[in-house]
Amino acid sequence: MGEFILLLFTFVLAIFLGFELISKVPATLHTPLMSGSNAISGITIVGALVAAGATDSPWLSVVLGTAAVAFATINVVGGYLVTDRMLAMFKSRQGGRP
Amino acid sequence: MSALEITASLSYIVASCLFIVGLKMLSSPASARRGNLVSALGMLIAVVATLVSQGMDYHWILVGATLGAFAGAFAALRVPMTSMPEFVALFNGFGGIASLLVGWAEYHRSLSLGAEIPFAAALPIYLAILIGGVTFTGSMIAYAKLAERIDGKPTLFSGQQIVNAAILLGVAVCLVAFLAAPAGPYAYWCVGFAIGLSFILGVLATIPIGGADMPVVISLLNSYSGLAACAAGFVINNTVLIVSGALVGASGIILTNIMCKAMNRSLPHVLFSGFGAAAAKTGAVYEGEVNPITPEDAYYMLEAAQSVVFVPGYGMAVAQAQHVVRELGELLEKNGADVKYAIHPVAGRMPGHMNVLLAEANVPYEQLVEMDDINPRLDTVDVAVVIGANDVVNPAAREQEDSPIYGMPIINVDHARTVFVLKRSMRAGFAGVDNPLFFKENTRMLFGDAKQSISALIAEFKTA
Repeated sequence: MGEFILLLFTFVLAIFLGFELISKVPATLHTPLMSGSNAISGITIVGALVAAGATDSPWLSVVLGTAAVAFATINVVGGYLVTDRMLAMFKSRQGGRP
Repeated sequence: MSALEITASLSYIVASCLFIVGLKMLSSPASARRGNLVSALGMLIAVVATLVSQGMDYHWILVGATLGAFAGAFAALRVPMTSMPEFVALFNGFGGIASLLVGWAEYHRSLSLGAEIPFAAALPIYLAILIGGVTFTGSMIAYAKLAERIDGKPTLFSGQQIVNAAILLGVAVCLVAFLAAPAGPYAYWCVGFAIGLSFILGVLATIPIGGADMPVVISLLNSYSGLAACAAGFVINNTVLIVSGALVGASGIILTNIMCKAMNRSLPHVLFSGFGAAAAKTGAVYEGEVNPITPEDAYYMLEAAQSVVFVPGYGMAVAQAQHVVRELGELLEKNGADVKYAIHPVAGRMPGHMNVLLAEANVPYEQLVEMDDINPRLDTVDVAVVIGANDVVNPAAREQEDSPIYGMPIINVDHARTVFVLKRSMRAGFAGVDNPLFFKENTRMLFGDAKQSISALIAEFKTA
């Protein structure tokens, strides 16, 4: 239970930190923010790797874990790539224009 | 703790910091791209740390990761910018289903190992499955609506609230039964029901929401996908999942809040009212004379204008008009006019949708202005050009108390000396309300496809 409370503490602090960080993102970057945070939510891949790769996993867990790895990888790879594609388009008037 | 485990835990701290720094760099378009790379580096560190920290069979991981990487890269490099809303909706859903699968897989593993499942593990397992499932099917419906695979109008049926309440009750009963004995004989049934109910709940929660309210829904689902990852983090006792899931959850909540404020609606009203389905009956319909003009007339007025503001809406995305808009903007600037692009927070189908399209068309971001910055200056503007926007410039939101959108903050284009409205025909906008802007004395209607109308204007400039 002690560990659970500690994790909960981490969670609450991270939520507050998230509010502080995200409220500073300008409206013009809200779409890249969404796709980028989408990629971050692919962090669930860490859990998926454990489920798919742990040597003590029963076969059903391996199947579920492998599917989770696939979905989470789509999120991570696709999310970061598309965000990069988008952000590359945001150009300033001074320089950077083709 | 072995040395490897300690290294992994420290790597998770580094990864979390990189996510935070990456998000911080998103506070300016100048540093945003590097911020995204920093965030991606954090992800790489977290993945590598996990892979090396414990003895693992890489066999199936390789299969899943290869499939996912190819599918993700293919989709990300192919998707056109106009389709970003449905793309993000789809990806939210993938995040949700991944967390559901992680919760289920971990539950199954604990059972098969005969390990005890304490409350602190059982609750997050249930939540990861529940939130993940709702995120998945909710996102699929949002995707289908945005990609116009299904009708974007709100779907309401009688007794909907009762059905929703019954499902929520079912979810609560399963939760209690599951927590009472997470390894008991009925526990697996509870998990199975929770998966089914969460899928149904996701569908039912999204179908009553209309197309114009989609920015709220995608933001909310974005938040859910983060919270689902968070729950998965509690399942496997992993701080990096919790921290990054919480960051994403907070981000989605902030965006949801901004979207709701920009429509002057509360979140429950967006989620449950079926807005738009009934609006056509209640909204006042205006009658009057419109002043249509030809591209040639429009050209003479633009040619004389000192300041021009473009106000894009979803129609610009549909017509793929962003490139010709930028070309016209450049011609106007060469002609000595001050050109700005005013963007309403809910213009388009997701937060920031218009900004990305204009960035794609090479409009420098200094020229993109937010609603609150442009409104005080609009009465000094010579020409405001409305391109495929309707509700976000509808003066009824300010003047007409019985209007369904009354109270919504709008871009006050009618305060400009002249307003051009580019419109396909005289049809009500998405909310089903007619727009008194069209009948104002200083409004000129330029009928036709937005892209063709603007191309015609460009041609006028070039031949002149």
